[in-house]
Amino acid sequence: MKLRAELAIKCATHESQTESRNHSIMQYNGSAIVAMVGKNCVAIAADKRLGQQALTVDMDFEKVFRMTDRTFIGLSGLAADVKTVHDTLRMRVNLYKHREERVIEPKTMAHLVSHMLYERRFGPYYIEPIIAGLDKDNKPYICATDLIGCLSLPEDFVVTGTASDNLFGMCESLWEPELEPEDLFETISQALLNAVDRDAMSGWGAVVHIITPDGVITRDIKGRMD
Amino acid sequence: MNFAEMHQPEFAQAPATERHSHGRWEPYVDNGGTSLAIAGSDYVVVASDARQSNGYIINSRYSPKAFQLTNNVILATSGYAADAKRLVEVLEQNSQMYFHKHEKPMSTTATAQMLSNTLYGRRFFPYYVFPILAGLDTEGRGAVFAYDPVGNMERVVYRAFGSAAALVQPFLDSAVGFKNQRNADATRLLDREQALKIAIDAFTGAAERDIHTGDWLDIYIVDGNGVQHQKRELKHD
Repeated sequence: MKLRAELAIKCATHESQTESRNHSIMQYNGSAIVAMVGKNCVAIAADKRLGQQALTVDMDFEKVFRMTDRTFIGLSGLAADVKTVHDTLRMRVNLYKHREERVIEPKTMAHLVSHMLYERRFGPYYIEPIIAGLDKDNKPYICATDLIGCLSLPEDFVVTGTASDNLFGMCESLWEPELEPEDLFETISQALLNAVDRDAMSGWGAVVHIITPDGVITRDIKGRMD
Repeated sequence: MNFAEMHQPEFAQAPATERHSHGRWEPYVDNGGTSLAIAGSDYVVVASDARQSNGYIINSRYSPKAFQLTNNVILATSGYAADAKRLVEVLEQNSQMYFHKHEKPMSTTATAQMLSNTLYGRRFFPYYVFPILAGLDTEGRGAVFAYDPVGNMERVVYRAFGSAAALVQPFLDSAVGFKNQRNADATRLLDREQALKIAIDAFTGAAERDIHTGDWLDIYIVDGNGVQHQKRELKHD
């Protein structure tokens, strides 16, 4: 009985350590990423900060990647895993292109990412990706997953990163349906800038991609640098 | 080993931490909820949701946490409801004492300073409350004071506190403070209808995403004519 009690304590201690470690790993580098659906277009935006807890290391760190002509992925979380997952995913997307002789659809890529992450179910990559793109019928597609690849598919907007609460508040009040590309750009930029200004772990400028049937508009945004 | 110990059942021999680990009394509880205030040139808008929760349990769907202290001063709270209730009692008592002693009601700025002193008086066993005090100053302008639980005070134009503060405050920065808008005049104050609309929008969004915010919205508008109160519906789920 005594042994069992000791074991329970050990397990509880271990659990709480794992819990707090997971928490701090997702917050270690800091990030804010958001994607929104518009009228025949989607937008994805991210901040540029890379930190080590409170210390800022890089003010031009890429966390949104163009995987195909019209599909983007944003990776928040541990920067080391952002790079690793991006490299692996780029390989998988290229292999798909060669095998299938066609470009991968955003929905297919979402499921590819989901599989990649769940494969590491008990030793996960510490990232929470969001995917945004237009499919072959020019229909907007956005999705988010958690760090083990559980997909969520809302029809308005998705957010991820250390400023996710702030982004939820901004998006919930600023977003409206059927926004044209330029209005969508204004909305997503305001949502991101005001969200990162109340989060110490993200900010230092931003990048916005607007994906339309005619092409992609990419803009770098100047924000508060503090 | 004495007699009592010998006849204890086996589990009683567990380490001290195990024996005392359950049912420990906690002096503080977080009851969730959100409050905000927006100041204008001649008015102030205060809004608080009325849900009171404890973890995933809803204690009450209508338990107001914004209180009218005097003729033209509103105190909006969040944090621990019991401490908030006691804090309001103390402030009401003291402002009554002031009224009878000086034969005039306490001004908004005096009440603001008293609140700071009251909170700091409990520096080492604080009221777990994040108060926002709102009223009109001696010139008749809207005044909002925000505090931390130990009485650190700041006069601001707008502020949100509570479980959905992270959702609401950036929105107020954008809509009330005109932050990140290059051509906007950052010192401009909103008119009353705009401020009211923004307060309602902020809470509609917060109630959508924050499980501790919702049910009912208490709104107080203070201006030269006095205090006007209204109650609006928020999401009940």
